[in-house]
Amino acid sequence: MDFIGQGFIKALQLLLSGDKEVYSIALLTIKVSGTATLISLILGVPMGLYFAVARFRGREFMVGAVNAGMGLPPTVVGLWVALFFWRRGPLGFLGLMYTPAAMVIAQTIIALPLVAGLTMSAVQQLSPKLRLQILALGASPLQFWWLILHEVRLGVLAAVMAGFGRVIAEVGASMAVGGNVRWYSRVLTTSIVLEVNKGNFSLALALSFILLFISYGVTYWLTVLQQRRRQV
Amino acid sequence: MTPLLAVKDIVVRRGRRFCLKIDEFCVRPQEVVALIGPNGAGKSTLLTTLACLTPPDSGTVFFGSEKVTKKNALTVRRKLAVVFQEPLLLDNTVLENTVLGLRLRGQKQGAEDKARIWLKRFGVDHLAGQNALTLSGGEAQRASLARAFALEPKVLLLDEPFASIDVISRTALIDEFKSVLESTGTTAVLVTHDFYEVQALASRTVVLDQGTIQAEGTPAEIAVHKTWGGLSKGVSATTITNRVDGSRL
Ligand SMILES: Nc1ncnc2c1ncn2[C@@H]1O[C@H](COP(=O)(O)OP(=O)(O)O)[C@@H](O)[C@H]1O
Ligand SMILES: [Mg+2]
Repeated sequence: MDFIGQGFIKALQLLLSGDKEVYSIALLTIKVSGTATLISLILGVPMGLYFAVARFRGREFMVGAVNAGMGLPPTVVGLWVALFFWRRGPLGFLGLMYTPAAMVIAQTIIALPLVAGLTMSAVQQLSPKLRLQILALGASPLQFWWLILHEVRLGVLAAVMAGFGRVIAEVGASMAVGGNVRWYSRVLTTSIVLEVNKGNFSLALALSFILLFISYGVTYWLTVLQQRRRQV
Repeated sequence: MTPLLAVKDIVVRRGRRFCLKIDEFCVRPQEVVALIGPNGAGKSTLLTTLACLTPPDSGTVFFGSEKVTKKNALTVRRKLAVVFQEPLLLDNTVLENTVLGLRLRGQKQGAEDKARIWLKRFGVDHLAGQNALTLSGGEAQRASLARAFALEPKVLLLDEPFASIDVISRTALIDEFKSVLESTGTTAVLVTHDFYEVQALASRTVVLDQGTIQAEGTPAEIAVHKTWGGLSKGVSATTITNRVDGSRL
């Protein structure tokens, strides 16, 4: 247990001493996972709302895909994205392989089903009659979607937390498409794996604490946002 | 007099089954129509059809002399109001809930004052600032009624609005509701299981069973037969006032 305490102290030392490399790694982690979460939010929330309410051909298939996608192994996503972005792959001409952009894309694919799926289930927990009531009050289609979104806003925040939590903790996809390039595409999880492989357990532990700080910090902030409204 | 709201030759299917098949039904100005019938008779389906919330599979809904289409359904909906059995308030303050319909309909000026007046009328103005989801069942339904009346609907459609309120507060609320209906001259369609409500509120009663209209008349004319067992337990032999002749008046 001593070990863990040392790791904690080392994490604080790294943060307080302003270690350049650690800061750049942490910052990239936040940037990549934050961007992926944001894109998932922008795409996934409308998807979730629509799939929950609308009736259209192929809906079951899409809902099934979303639900299955919530459990996609990051390594598998990484592999598939890598196949596409590989120099000889169909999207190889974009030159995105081993870039943070590729990591954002892979992480978006991981977070999107989670955001869409959790949004969808939040909407489905509303009484179907509530939708009729909203329409009966005189809502236009746009007003309707806005009110539904407002009604499930806490569920959407939970979806965002889950999505962010999943991608910031993910290593397989970032490793596969980012390549863990020092000062460029190295994030906390990939550097932890690296340090473990090198036998630098205390540094790995320190990095893991930093990852936890960030993860907890962001989630805490979202939780405060989520719970604030309920005290009326 | 042109009816305010009418349906003609409508059919609503659920799967392969008919759940509503009505040649003609209309709501005339100032009347309060009670829709009664056993569970699954199609009362709620008729109500949401009248409210232009669920278009019929065939047939036409009329608002005044105007055919309701996909295009004008929103405009028509904005002239009606619906109260369901559950209060269906949104996660917001009671006042916001009451103002919402007016806002959605583009009425900004005086909306809040109007909402407050109606909350007061239904005795829940002291709850205006409270989150609507924290209200008791009775309070919430009062807010829901206030929300509907604030819209000053041409026709007010109600689907068993008092059914989930405890008996003691129910009678009081029905009386208040009655006085509001009368003082505003609101035209209404009321789906109910309760014979007392029919007697107290309705000017005309329509009996629906298996998706079709079985009988129609003044509350006194309409008898309630035992075999329409879906009707509330309050409808016992003693409350049966007339025999059923099944005729259409
Ligand atoms: N969403 C639905 N899906 C399938 N059947 C339905 C649905 N809604 C209503 N029904 C059926 O349509 C019939 C009429 O229902 P409803 O209008 O709710 O009756 P009531 O309000 O008189 O109890 C019933 O047989 C009911 O089972
Ligand atoms: Mg019903």
